[in-house]
Amino acid sequence: MTTGETITTLAPRIASGELRAERLTEDALATIARLQPSLNAFITVTGDAALADARKADREIAAGQYRGPLHGIPISLKDLIDVAGIPTTAGSKVREGRLAITDAPIVRHLKQAGAVLVGKTNLHEFAFGTTSEDSGWGPARHPIDPTRSPGGSSGGSAIAVATGMSIASVGSDTGGSIRIPAAVCGIVGLKPGWGEISADGVVPLSRQLDHVGPLTRSVDDAELMYHVLRGETPANLHDDRESLFGIKLASLDGYFMDRLSQDVEAAIQAALGLIRDGGVKLSSVSLPHATDIAPIYLHLVLADAAAYHATTLAERPHAYTPNVRIRLEMGRHVLGEDYVRALRGRDVIRSEVDRALAAVDALVLPALPIEAPPIGAATVPVKGGQEPVRSAMLRCTQPFNLSGHPAISVPCGTTAAGLPVGLQVVGKAGRTLNLLRIARAIERTVNRRG
Amino acid sequence: MTLEQWIEDGKSDAYRRKLPELADLLDGLARSTAALRAADWNDDAARDTHAAPVPESEPPSP
Repeated sequence: MTTGETITTLAPRIASGELRAERLTEDALATIARLQPSLNAFITVTGDAALADARKADREIAAGQYRGPLHGIPISLKDLIDVAGIPTTAGSKVREGRLAITDAPIVRHLKQAGAVLVGKTNLHEFAFGTTSEDSGWGPARHPIDPTRSPGGSSGGSAIAVATGMSIASVGSDTGGSIRIPAAVCGIVGLKPGWGEISADGVVPLSRQLDHVGPLTRSVDDAELMYHVLRGETPANLHDDRESLFGIKLASLDGYFMDRLSQDVEAAIQAALGLIRDGGVKLSSVSLPHATDIAPIYLHLVLADAAAYHATTLAERPHAYTPNVRIRLEMGRHVLGEDYVRALRGRDVIRSEVDRALAAVDALVLPALPIEAPPIGAATVPVKGGQEPVRSAMLRCTQPFNLSGHPAISVPCGTTAAGLPVGLQVVGKAGRTLNLLRIARAIERTVNRRG
Repeated sequence: MTLEQWIEDGKSDAYRRKLPELADLLDGLARSTAALRAADWNDDAARDTHAAPVPESEPPSP
């Protein structure tokens, strides 16, 4: 699904006047109208405002006031990001009808860049889940097989980008909520390093683990969005001569590779073979305390979420979807001493990821061990037996929310049933642009497969 | 508080509030908490304390 138009291919046509932003926006809105009934990707569609913004972009461009590659590009936002005058539901009836008063800083940056907002996308309620099925607006559905989950929590954003409802989207990632839906929907999802993109004006799940980032159709587009979301002028992208030759990568083995679904394992191994053939020195590495990651993450996210929701949970518990309510209730039982243990454990994991990266340019591992799970499934098959959906989906992504390292999911093939598989690439702390350079080379190498 | 006391209190609260699903989830949380407390990097007042925030551990292999 990464074929088709990208920001990078559309921008020159818009800049030259060959393609009008209004036409592009009409196409996006028509796709939303056609697919929304079956996929439920959006909570709010801002059709009239989008067309007005697109016409304004066309006028500015005709007058020689081109703002850059996002000018006139239809984008969507996960519906936990504030846009003034539009509801921010966070996928929950708890917030129904409440309009945002001001734009989040990232929205200001997008508007300054001339992007056209077509709507706000469905998500797992309050970003507290990996499947996007527990939403106050009903489940979002996978664009290839609507009986399956599109991943989450930024599921609607991934559907929108994969299908052309928008060319790019912005999501949030607390344990994998950008990379997971990007992987299962066959697009690119970037979780930058912690704090690199402002999370102000974004409904939090855990402020110490939340990251904001783009979902796009290519790594080039992810880099463009990364710059704009930081309020920067997009730099010139690297040229086609980039290759993997001489890059040192390590696959993160053991805990992260041992329990994959059969088809995901085959796709990942095929991708690693192509990467090796591309001239990469590929070693393997493991994290000594990998099995501690899930308990550390759980205690932090549960307690942080319970604190944020404490008042509403006490006053309006039935306004939540049942599964999310119960998980929030569980967070109220985390003891202070265990929270402190988890904070210390996070430092251990961060240090071990740093050490794993010390001798290489980046780590590679699956974005998630399974393909898109059926909606409603409690467990999924992995090598060695069945595993709860939630723990399986989070296993490969949550370490880098704890550590804060930049990580990206890049499409790397499909299962026998045609469901996408994502390869995750993890960069050194503070080196997101270098990670994007490596991911671009991997994208080109893997997509050259016969 | 021991894990046994904690889980007993939590489940009693869940049943009192007519949330039996919560009681089931607390079993899972208790297993996770037990794993967290068993981790070898935890502080122990009876042992030497490392000055560094992260204890020594084997480097990633290889």
